[in-house]
Amino acid sequence: MSAAAADWLPAADVTAAGRPVLTAGEVERHLVAQGDVEPEESPRLGPLRARLLVLTSHRLIFLHEPSRSARALPLAAVVHAYPPHRKHGHNPLRSIFSSSSSSSSSHHPRVRLQISLPPSRSEVVAVVVSKGEADVFYGRLLEAVRARAWEVVAAVAAAPAGGSSAAQGAPAEEDLAITMPVVGVSGILRMEQEAWESAGQNLQDAFQDLNALMSKAKEMMELAEKMRQKLLTNSSAQSNSNDEEMGSKQDMQDWLLSVGIVSPVTKETAGALYHQQLSRQLADYIRTPLEKAGGMMALVDVYCLYNRARGTELISPEDLLQACSLWEKFDVPVMLRKFDSGVKVIQTKTHSDDEVFARISSLAQKEDSLQKGISPSDAAFTLGIAPALAKEHLLNAESIGILCRDVSPDGLRFYINLFNEIDPQNMYMPKTHGVYHTWISVTAASQ
Amino acid sequence: MQRLGDFRLPPFFNYPPYFTLQPVRETREKQVQLWKDLILDYCRSQKLYIISLEEDFPLFSNPKIERSLSHEAKEVFLAALVYEGRAEWMDKGHKKCLILWLRIQDWANYILNFVKDNGLEDSVMTVEEIRSGIETRGTELAGIDRGVLMRALKLLEQKGKAAIFKGTSADDEGVKFSA
Repeated sequence: MSAAAADWLPAADVTAAGRPVLTAGEVERHLVAQGDVEPEESPRLGPLRARLLVLTSHRLIFLHEPSRSARALPLAAVVHAYPPHRKHGHNPLRSIFSSSSSSSSSHHPRVRLQISLPPSRSEVVAVVVSKGEADVFYGRLLEAVRARAWEVVAAVAAAPAGGSSAAQGAPAEEDLAITMPVVGVSGILRMEQEAWESAGQNLQDAFQDLNALMSKAKEMMELAEKMRQKLLTNSSAQSNSNDEEMGSKQDMQDWLLSVGIVSPVTKETAGALYHQQLSRQLADYIRTPLEKAGGMMALVDVYCLYNRARGTELISPEDLLQACSLWEKFDVPVMLRKFDSGVKVIQTKTHSDDEVFARISSLAQKEDSLQKGISPSDAAFTLGIAPALAKEHLLNAESIGILCRDVSPDGLRFYINLFNEIDPQNMYMPKTHGVYHTWISVTAASQ
Repeated sequence: MQRLGDFRLPPFFNYPPYFTLQPVRETREKQVQLWKDLILDYCRSQKLYIISLEEDFPLFSNPKIERSLSHEAKEVFLAALVYEGRAEWMDKGHKKCLILWLRIQDWANYILNFVKDNGLEDSVMTVEEIRSGIETRGTELAGIDRGVLMRALKLLEQKGKAAIFKGTSADDEGVKFSA
């Protein structure tokens, strides 16, 4: 299928790991593993086949995973959605044996959408999904179209700070079954006092029960974002405030920044695609923290960090492990690695052990390390990584002969490997250069 | 330079990993080689023939850096000497080890050279004379382990270079060398 044939739909951004890039305020609603889009009236419009359908609060995205390309239909363009039906007389036998080939796809349920395309053209397209999916998809689509989440964001953007009742009014006048989180927090912008009152209310509501918390999650996220913005403007305004205050503000900002994932992949929205999508989202999310951590993180740390970023809808360790294992199948820049000791870590594919070994080697040849060796915590401090991970690096360096170990009542320490430097034929007359010579002079000087 | 009695220790004797059995094969092979050489050198200089794993052996610990070999490490290093024919376990439990800083064959040759150098062909010596007599003073034969000496002499006897004969008591076995 050529992408050009489908250029009647705007292109959508896709992350490096093959997840759709969501805009501000956009939330993922539903996923369908495979579906086609067929224009029913205009033959000029090309169909889209075998796409992953991602329904968000704003758009219906048709994602072609192998090529990491996507087209998106803004839900704003949907004039009407017709309930699923089958175009031709339904033959159950044929539907059982039919696959996703184009001829048989016409026997799958079709959700027909009347859409208006710019400049002012009306078209009818059919979204073809498998039988079991159609009703759920239709239901979620209808919810999303009716909720008009895109108007809320547009209204907030259009009326900043000044008194705006439009933002809260817009979804309210639709009088719909509110399954979408209400995003009408623009009133908060009016007065700071109101903001804190509302924040207190949100907190109270949120903790009443878990369902309420879920429905408030988005507001909490926005609140966090606002607080962060406020802190940013404050700190730049009073740059001469004392250091301690600045420090706590910095902490606060970091903390808020780590509350990061606006639309976490959940079992509810992703269904059978859960682990795949989770895997892709994790790959996108983890890149920044991973680079900060020097290219490698223990799986346990990733688990904590990722769940903290999700905030709600926490994932289980098994889910995380499964998501990481799926990376092998996708072309993503991160990978799961298992050390000989069984410790599992996540690292960037560009991460090279050679660089770590070089740093460990130079650490081990410092005067202090020549005398006393290095412990995993010494290495952790120098390399800026967790001690458990530093120990793995040291053991790895030992296994390739850079280091050797010293077990004593003080614990396990590592020394630069001198065994290769010592000439057994001439053990009393060491060479007058090299690391063995340096070690002799350093230890002799300390005596 | 650090010493153990009158034995001069190599610099790496103060290297803590030298006293930890290295788990990585290549590193361990180097470590074992250094220990084998040091054990032979030390035993030769101190005229020691038997190392008991149950008792303290000066070479196996370094109080200066507070390190000593584990029982496992001692056994590994001595076993490596046994494997090369430079030592022999004296019991099944591997508690005592006979160190052959000269192999039996080398001892036999050494004795032969000693006999030639001193013009002792066709003369008779008792075993005790060889071990502690005036003639052998200052040579490697002084204080030689009786078992080792007897095996070397028996090897010479097989080659027709010596004849062992018994005296009235076990103490005065004699040997007659022939050229």
